[in-house]
Amino acid sequence: MGKIVLKSVRKSFGEVDVIPGIDLTIEDGEFVVFVGPSGCGKSTLLRLIAGLEDVTAGTMAIDGRDVTAAAPSERGLAMVFQSYALYPHMTVRKNIAFPLKMAGLSQADQDAKVTAAAKVLNLTNYLERRPGQLSGGQRQRVAIGRAIVREPSAFLFDEPLSNLDAALRVTMRQEITELHQSLKTTMIYVTHDQVEAMTMADKIVVLNAGHIEQVGSPLELYNTPANTFVAGFIGSPKMNLIEGPLAAEQGAHAIGVRPEHMGIVSEGGWEGKVLLSEHLGSDTFLKVQTVNAGTLTVRAGGEVRLSHGDTVRLAPLPGKTHRFGSNGLAL
Amino acid sequence: MARATTPRRKALTTLAAWSVALIIFFPVLWMILTSFKTEASAVASPPEFLGASWTLENYAEVWSRSDYPRFFWNSVVISVGSTLLGLVIAIPAAWSMAFVPGKKTKDLLMWMLSTKMMPAVAVMIPIYLLFQWLGIYDSKIGLVIALMLMNLPIIVWMLYTYFKEIPGEILEAARMDGAGLWNEVVYVLAPMAVPGIASTVLLNVILAWNEAFWTITLTTTKAAPLSAFIASFSAPQGLFYAKLSAASTMAIAPILILGWFSQKQLVRGLTFGAVK
Repeated sequence: MGKIVLKSVRKSFGEVDVIPGIDLTIEDGEFVVFVGPSGCGKSTLLRLIAGLEDVTAGTMAIDGRDVTAAAPSERGLAMVFQSYALYPHMTVRKNIAFPLKMAGLSQADQDAKVTAAAKVLNLTNYLERRPGQLSGGQRQRVAIGRAIVREPSAFLFDEPLSNLDAALRVTMRQEITELHQSLKTTMIYVTHDQVEAMTMADKIVVLNAGHIEQVGSPLELYNTPANTFVAGFIGSPKMNLIEGPLAAEQGAHAIGVRPEHMGIVSEGGWEGKVLLSEHLGSDTFLKVQTVNAGTLTVRAGGEVRLSHGDTVRLAPLPGKTHRFGSNGLAL
Repeated sequence: MARATTPRRKALTTLAAWSVALIIFFPVLWMILTSFKTEASAVASPPEFLGASWTLENYAEVWSRSDYPRFFWNSVVISVGSTLLGLVIAIPAAWSMAFVPGKKTKDLLMWMLSTKMMPAVAVMIPIYLLFQWLGIYDSKIGLVIALMLMNLPIIVWMLYTYFKEIPGEILEAARMDGAGLWNEVVYVLAPMAVPGIASTVLLNVILAWNEAFWTITLTTTKAAPLSAFIASFSAPQGLFYAKLSAASTMAIAPILILGWFSQKQLVRGLTFGAVK
């Protein structure tokens, strides 16, 4: 079990309100991703749930039990840190066994659980090594091993992949997703990388300046962003936001069109000149300076033979325009 | 690009290094040489080196005239005792300053260090009277307390510096893994800080061993350590340089040997965290 309920949780550091007040329910077994730009309070929120920071006001419950004032060790949660936070003076075996030792398990039980976890994580041959003798990916597996042996009610991940190289990040991302599918335990995952958020989450919580901007499934956020912040943050490259007369024509303060929903047309549309073209083989990214709509990004499928200085006409695909009011909220 | 090392430059650097080392070590060398001379040879002018008459008599006389083992034992108890007592107080203090600093932590650290700037002689009379009144004058426990208080700022500062180098996330991981404060310190913090703690112990044992002002002021006979043993050889009937040198050599020999064997640890500890 691992249902986590936050009610009016507030956190201040001195005079500064980092989290002015958050209400959030995380269902048992969900994979929830906190995403947002640097300094949005996502890591602080995770640390509040972990108990590593004290809440200034509000309450927090895990499976119906109030844990607002409980010590980290009393919450039944396991955490994987960005820096792995392995104990450098202990072997991999002792690192993984540490939480079991703290829980007072017998040596035989500790050994059995460590062996099982090592097998799942392909660490069997490294059990007698120290963290300093392992690669980044192996260290990350040890950190995950140390978390899973405890059989916690929820896992907390604090940007666990940001120290890995791009290829390893993709592999570990898939491993963590598979781990969630096999364990079916609640996982809360913090990242600033919206690709990780989109690919891993059952539910994404988009945070900005300590506020929740929107909560929903990845596709809900992609298809129906609640405001311009979410619209700009989810999706890569960023959604084009156009203000002024073109938006007013559609009765909005701003209209948004995703780069992949911007079509190249032979007549009509918005005329512009190509500033930059990036050819990835599978896609072509164009940066276009238009006359009426400002600078727009276009993601065209396949190879498009356009280069700097070429004239092009752009138009949004039908039904793919998002409208926003002057307060930034979707209309 | 690395700096070019020509043989000439290397020779000059080596010469310079040896010269500096010799200048620093010269007084100690002089003392050791003098301890093997006769009294007449020790005071000869110009100083005698190769032509001096060498003898072991000074050592024999110093040994027979005083109770060296007692002074030695007092030095061991006072220096080790004050350092260990200091650690017991300083580890929790440094832990809280390093990992849960408050607004005034930096000020507190500076204040602790500033106490080292006060001349000891300024508080000699009150402390002397206090020790008399408490009945700990000329007692080992009294000196252990006095030297512990004297070195406490250094112990706290050193440990604070080492603890600051330990990533807070590792201690948080221990907390998440179910470790209470005691287990966190015993299983995670202390093993990781061993090099730092070891050099703190070494340096403070050396400082306490060499301390002369308080150890001579606050003792007469019972608790007198080796510093008082040396002082006892500058007798009113005249200065006997050779015997004084022999006594001094005997007093510094143990700490010199300890320092020699632990120099790697000391240097490593003192430069700990200087380069990442």
